[in-house]
Amino acid sequence: MTVSLFDQFMSPTYLGIPLLALALTLPWIFFPSPTSRWLNNRLLTLQAWFINRFTQQILTPLSLGGHKWALILTSLMVFLITLNILGLLPYTFTPTTQLSLNLALAFPLWLATVLIGLRNQPTAALGHLLPEGTPTPLIPVLVIIETISLLIRPLALGVRLTANLTAGHLLMQLTSTAAFVLLSMMPAVAILTTILLFLLTLLEVAVAMIQAYVFVLLLSLYLQENV
Amino acid sequence: PVPVADKRLMDVKLGELGSWLGGRDFTPNGIIAAVRRGHDRYYNKYINVKRGGIGGITMLLVGYVAISYLWEYDHISKKTYYSSMFCLCL
Repeated sequence: MTVSLFDQFMSPTYLGIPLLALALTLPWIFFPSPTSRWLNNRLLTLQAWFINRFTQQILTPLSLGGHKWALILTSLMVFLITLNILGLLPYTFTPTTQLSLNLALAFPLWLATVLIGLRNQPTAALGHLLPEGTPTPLIPVLVIIETISLLIRPLALGVRLTANLTAGHLLMQLTSTAAFVLLSMMPAVAILTTILLFLLTLLEVAVAMIQAYVFVLLLSLYLQENV
Repeated sequence: PVPVADKRLMDVKLGELGSWLGGRDFTPNGIIAAVRRGHDRYYNKYINVKRGGIGGITMLLVGYVAISYLWEYDHISKKTYYSSMFCLCL
C-alpha cells in the first residue's frame, strides 16, 4: 500500500466508524445552549457576543425578506469556522477539505437564493443578468456571460473552500517533512524551515476563519440580489 | 440499601460487577441518557463555573486529539523513519 501525500485527506475507519463522523459532530459539543439565567458562564457569554455581532454584521445589508435567513447563515458560519480551526490540531480530520461536503453546502443554498429570486421578483432576478448601461450590440454576449457566471457560483463557492483548506494543509505537511529531514543534515536550514512552518501555521489560522466568512458573505450577497 | 444496578460504579463491589452490568440500561435511550449525564457532569464541573478558564475547553481538545491519534494509528504506523513520506499528520 503506497502512502501518498493525499492520504491525510482520507477519513480513516476504526471499528467501522469513520473519523469523519466524530469530526462532524464535535462542533456540537463546543457550543452549549444558552440558559435562562441572567448571567451565563464565560463560554456562553463569549459565544453569545460573537453570534450577535456576526448576525448584525451579516444582516445589515439585507432587506426584511432576507432576515429569515439569519439562523442558517449564522449557524453555517459557526459550523465552518469550528470545523476549519479544529482541523489545525494535530492528527485531526478536516471535513471541509472534502469537495463533496463543500458542494453539498454550497449547491442547495445557492439554488435556494436563485429560486427565491425567480419566484418572488422574476423580472428583477432576470434583470440582474444584464448590467446597466451596456451598449446595445453587446447585449446578447453579455447575457450569456452573466448566465454562465450565475451558474458557476455554487461550483466556485465549494471549490474555493476546498482548495484553500487543502492547499494549506498540504503546504504545512510538506514544510514539516522538509524541516524534519533537514534537521539531521543542515540544522541552520532546518531552523529557517521551522520559522516558515510557524508563519504558515499563523496563515492557516487566518485562512480558516476568513474562508468560512467569505463563504457565508457571498451567500448573503447572492441573497441580497434576489430577495 | 440500594439495589445493585442503581449503585455508582465506584460503590460496586468486585463480586457484584456482573450483576451490575446486567442491570444497566443498554437501550439507545439509556445510552443517550448516560452520555447526557456524563456531559452534564463535565460541563458543570469545568465550564459552567463562575470563573471558568481555558482549561475546560483545552481538556476537550486534547481528548479529541488523543482520540484522533488512536483512530489513525493504523495509518500512521505504516510511515517509517526513512520512508519518503515521513511527516507529522495534520
